[in-house]
Amino acid sequence: MATENEHGPITSGEYIQHHLQNLQVCKADSGDWIWNQCAGNPMAINIDSMFWSILLGLVFICMFGVAAKKASPKTPSKFQAFIEIIVDFIDSSVKDTYHGKSSLIAPLALTIFVWVFLMNLMDLIPVDWIPELSKMLGTTTGYDQLYYMKVVPTTDVNITFGMSIAVFFLIIFYSIRTKGIGGFLAELTLHPIAPTFKGPGIIAAPLIIAFNFILESVSLLAKPLSLSLRLFGNMFAGELIFILIALLGVWQLPLHFGWAVFHILIVTLQAFIFMMLTVVYLTLASEEH
Amino acid sequence: MDINLTLIGQSISMILFVWFCMKFIWPPLMQAIEERQTQIADGLAAGEQGQQKLDKATVDSQEILDEARKQATGILGQANARANEIVSDGKQDGQQERERQLSLAKNDIEQESNRARDELRGQVAQIAIATAEKILKREIDAKAHKDILNNLAKEL
Repeated sequence: MATENEHGPITSGEYIQHHLQNLQVCKADSGDWIWNQCAGNPMAINIDSMFWSILLGLVFICMFGVAAKKASPKTPSKFQAFIEIIVDFIDSSVKDTYHGKSSLIAPLALTIFVWVFLMNLMDLIPVDWIPELSKMLGTTTGYDQLYYMKVVPTTDVNITFGMSIAVFFLIIFYSIRTKGIGGFLAELTLHPIAPTFKGPGIIAAPLIIAFNFILESVSLLAKPLSLSLRLFGNMFAGELIFILIALLGVWQLPLHFGWAVFHILIVTLQAFIFMMLTVVYLTLASEEH
Repeated sequence: MDINLTLIGQSISMILFVWFCMKFIWPPLMQAIEERQTQIADGLAAGEQGQQKLDKATVDSQEILDEARKQATGILGQANARANEIVSDGKQDGQQERERQLSLAKNDIEQESNRARDELRGQVAQIAIATAEKILKREIDAKAHKDILNNLAKEL
């Protein structure tokens, strides 16, 4: 509760709780807007996650948009070269995996990589800076709801699921586009064990199809699930360790530095894995068997 | 950590960002990169070609230089030989001319001395005759002793 903790010392439990609470808003049954009391309400929106996610998306769009606007075959500036190195890196990664022609997959991979990277990068900002700033802003302007502020969007499971579900629909779209609806359904039902439709074997066919369907559905659904949970789990755990380190007093300084250095690796790696797995899943979806 | 509307919001913003990237960021960047790639490849090829041409030109110029040097050496040798020839020719001519002039002078001198000797002989003979006449006018007849006097003049 915001008001209860405003004065007096807070316990470490409360400190952690504070850092893990999103700035939420939802509409109550009475029609009033409620802040930060929306646990379990599926119509709530995490304002902080959305704000930082869209802000970082705009950062990506602006950086690359400027580079794209200035793009010319002449000698590039250093900024231009930097952007083009990233683009070229994504392009070669995609071309190594996906051999078809698609105007979507490479830009998708670029957006995912840079955007997720930027969102993960927020983890390296010391855990209290932006929340405390937001708290101060809230108390001075009277918007007490700003007491909660979670800065790293990828530690919000909604954000990672939001992206992986978009990828999931793309997987289904690519599957249907290359194999047709029949082919897609056949892949779901006839795949690991091929049922026979001749002779007495036909009695077992519905059973086999049901079995296949369950198996294939699980493997299909596991793709977006693992994609989002991997990113969420890594970033959430990293964030939690930053929070725990922040509780240690003076000793947090060397520990924070050490963990932050290690976290640079995780930040980049997770962004790359999310991008690469997206490309791999879409490649698998658009391959004929 | 509940699932809520944020999920939909994130999906929508992702679709928008990907669409924007696909429309306005990826194509111009890729086009620029590819154009630059071809330009760089062309430039490298041109550079290599230039290098090859330069190598060839260096070899050619060296050959031409060697040839010229050889020719110059040949011309110099010829000129030296010619000069030697001219000098030796001149020496020979001079020698011959000197000898010729010398022999001419010798002839002249001989002729002159012969002529002088003949004249002197005649004069001596006359003097001798005149002397003998003077002597014989007193003693002998000039006609009777004419052959003796002639013989005497021949012997002189």
